[in-house]
Amino acid sequence: MMNCKQAAQMLSEKLDRPLSAKEKMALTLHTTMCPPCRLFGKQMGSLRDLSKAYTKPKDQHEEKN
Amino acid sequence: MTNATLSVEMDSSAASNIFQDGAFIEELRVQMLKFARLQVRDIQLAEDAVQEAMLSAYQHIDRFARQSAFKTWVFSILKNKVIDLLRKEKRHVVASQLEDGPNLSGEALIEHLFEENGHWQKDERPKKWDQPDHGVENEHFWRIFDACLEALPAKYGRLFMMREFLEMETPEICHNEDVSVTSLNVTLYRARLRLRECLEDNWFGKEKS
Repeated sequence: MMNCKQAAQMLSEKLDRPLSAKEKMALTLHTTMCPPCRLFGKQMGSLRDLSKAYTKPKDQHEEKN
Repeated sequence: MTNATLSVEMDSSAASNIFQDGAFIEELRVQMLKFARLQVRDIQLAEDAVQEAMLSAYQHIDRFARQSAFKTWVFSILKNKVIDLLRKEKRHVVASQLEDGPNLSGEALIEHLFEENGHWQKDERPKKWDQPDHGVENEHFWRIFDACLEALPAKYGRLFMMREFLEMETPEICHNEDVSVTSLNVTLYRARLRLRECLEDNWFGKEKS
């Protein structure tokens, strides 16, 4: 059974590598039952979005193709 | 012969457009400076590195017709300059200072956040970030974000920015930085953990405006 410490690390690694089917299943099982880890996962995504917003205050110079 | 000349001319006109787009160049310069200053603590050295990278990019401008290709390239020049500077800095700064920074990080932070059985410590459970977009338009929020990035240990900051700011894929970072995938993933995790903690302590956990 995955614990919070392992889940937290996996919620970060999810952003950097594809998780295996087994890992995905264990992680889903854990986060379904664990609200703090669910929040943590969301916040990992927020950090990525914030970093994007930080470096790219405007989108109009982004190339479209 | 004529064709070759023509194509060079076409390339350089496309390329000079890159530098004529003042807004693009200014935004790029700001991004570069942020990147350099978070890693090279000396502001003057960071600014010099940005200037040199820009100049060197300008000299090879005819190789780039597209802004995105140009941007990737100029950042890779800057990154190498920053790495050189960090190597020189290391002679003066004890390596452990670079790794640890002023706050808990790495294994110490993980021990602080989790109980021995791997559960969150009661007080350290992530709290809801109200309106995650709250503050994104807020100048004060970005000052906090800046400060939190700056407080990251240098190695964390560098790898985190390569991943999230420059949006490099992990194999590329591993190759450039000569780190293993496992070690990169752990470092990115620790960087995010530290950054999350800092934002929660200094922004999201504070009283709402």
